[in-house]
Amino acid sequence: MKTLVLVEHDNGQVKDATLAAVTAASKLGEVHLLVAGQNVGGVAEQAAKIAGVQKVHVADDAAYAHGLAENVAPLAVDLMASHDAFVAPATTTGKNIAPRVAALLDVMQISDILSVESADTFTRPIYAGNAIATVQSSDAKKVITVRGTAFEKAAAEGGSGVVEAVSATGDTGLSSFVGAEVSANERPELTSAKIIVSGGRALGSGEAFHEYIEPLADKLGAAVGASRAAVDAGYVPNDYQVGQTGKIVAPEVYIAIGISGAIQHLAGIKDSKTIVAINKDEDAPIFQVADIGLVGDLFKIVPELTDKL
Amino acid sequence: MKLLVPVKRVIDYNVKPRVKADGTGVDLANVKMSMNPFDEIAVEEAIRLKEKGAATEIVVVSIGPAKAQETLRTALAMGADRAILVQTDDEVEPLAVAKILKKVVEEEAPGLVIMGKQAIDDDSNQTGQMLAALLGWGQGTFASKVEVNGDSVNVTREVDGGLETVKLNVPAVVTTDLRLNEPRYASLPNIMKAKSKPLATKAPADYGVDTAPRLKTLKVVEPAKRQAGVKVGSVDELIGKLKTLGVVA
Ligand SMILES: Cc1cc2nc3c(=O)[nH]c(=O)nc-3n(C[C@H](O)[C@H](O)[C@H](O)COP(=O)(O)OP(=O)(O)OC[C@H]3O[C@@H](n4cnc5c(N)ncnc54)[C@H](O)[C@@H]3O)c2cc1C
Ligand SMILES: Nc1ncnc2c1ncn2[C@@H]1O[C@H](COP(=O)(O)O)[C@@H](O)[C@H]1O
Repeated sequence: MKTLVLVEHDNGQVKDATLAAVTAASKLGEVHLLVAGQNVGGVAEQAAKIAGVQKVHVADDAAYAHGLAENVAPLAVDLMASHDAFVAPATTTGKNIAPRVAALLDVMQISDILSVESADTFTRPIYAGNAIATVQSSDAKKVITVRGTAFEKAAAEGGSGVVEAVSATGDTGLSSFVGAEVSANERPELTSAKIIVSGGRALGSGEAFHEYIEPLADKLGAAVGASRAAVDAGYVPNDYQVGQTGKIVAPEVYIAIGISGAIQHLAGIKDSKTIVAINKDEDAPIFQVADIGLVGDLFKIVPELTDKL
Repeated sequence: MKLLVPVKRVIDYNVKPRVKADGTGVDLANVKMSMNPFDEIAVEEAIRLKEKGAATEIVVVSIGPAKAQETLRTALAMGADRAILVQTDDEVEPLAVAKILKKVVEEEAPGLVIMGKQAIDDDSNQTGQMLAALLGWGQGTFASKVEVNGDSVNVTREVDGGLETVKLNVPAVVTTDLRLNEPRYASLPNIMKAKSKPLATKAPADYGVDTAPRLKTLKVVEPAKRQAGVKVGSVDELIGKLKTLGVVA
């Protein structure tokens, strides 16, 4: 089987999420990559070095500069004439593009896979991860998105794929890029961090979030996450949200501070190695999954913890 | 401009799903069912666009069992004008849902389809993108802001790195994220009024769409359970534990 993996990048660097998708694809067969973007020669070179990659198809065109699904999907569909599976990371980019490719190929997508059981059978989480389904696809071609935390990352170096330019399919004119507000963040990325410190509604304000959560995270070299309630209330930007409908994380240590542990939040943290919870309510559901719990007022506990570390 | 809002009847988000002992699925007998939360946000957004004068009529559509009528009535009580139930007891996968919705779009000719980014039962996050592809329309997924300007719409999207704004030609498909709005509750008088709003019942066959599934569920199991661990009594004890884990020196 020949797979086509969508490379996630920012026109400069290959993003880590690609590496887990490569691992999943390698369980299906030969790994080819698709780099669509503008001035992406450097990205293609990096991509070719990923271990196990045979070929990198590069489409360099202004139409792909912002990864618009309307423009990238027809390109992927063309390439799928000579590939058997389209594999994308289950990031907001992958989730935006892959279903569009699937529909154009008349294929039912298999979203967010956790494992490859065989060439047509996969496991995936449903109901906020409260159930794991094993599904078998009867479609001739497969379209798959891959949960990054469920697969080892392929080595970024060591491969020697052949880079091949493909002609662009043009701008559909259906959509255009207006602008982006990238949240400035010097800390590690949530989806690949070893330690995560997350805050919830209990913080009460953005100021408190800065004052209590961030110094602890910085002491630990940790990424910062949040519950939906903290994001909705505007304490932190949307991309901090961890959970069923936010980011799925699997750090060595996840420290949940003032987070109750709703099923939608737990869906995003269940694969963390160790969960630490700090909550003033000893019956908070988070304690049912926490390896280490400390009952008490975060406004007293967190400064003491940060101080003593 | 007409708006079409697809809504799905799903397990209520407050209910903890239980896997059936025979491994065939999740037990939905006697479980509270509600409108998919993202679809409530879609209905709310449609109503706000109508209130602002950017839209004239809101049609809601659901593909599902007879009981999905309740979900449609909820949307009508919130403020939608008219409903279509495409009734079937079969499980209809996103691809087939998108194909049925395409036919509904061809009949209704809406300027925007506003729908949820994700159904909280199958967690597929694909129907909106598929519908946009089948229609050859633009897509504004994971929307936290929607601004209609005549024959285009600006959609601000929640993406992994922050926010991104795209401009789409109308007609287009928009899928909602959590921050788009806070859905209203239907008032009692509006719930009463909704009972007399039009609700048409159709079948997938009326649209000539084959809903045979492409994915076969071989089994459904519970995920590995996490065990509750220990509670510590002080910050010093917590640091001690973190040290044993090698998190801190
Ligand atoms: C469709 C949908 C999708 C969702 N997706 C997500 C998602 O992806 N991620 C997510 O997180 N949520 C999600 N949610 C929301 C989820 O259901 C919960 O509402 C949310 O996780 C609650 O956030 P919280 O724990 O911060 O707030 P709360 O539930 O209000 O909990 C606050 C906690 O802080 C504790 N506390 C208060 N004061 C203190 C103090 N001084 N010291 C210590 N502890 C204190 C309280 O005891 C309480 O346990 C979703 C909901 C829906 C409907
Ligand atoms: N059976 C259905 N009836 C109506 N709308 C649906 C149905 N299934 C999915 N949708 C719509 O598609 C969105 C995404 O669902 P999904 O792709 O299944 O995660 C939902 O939020 C709904 O708006």
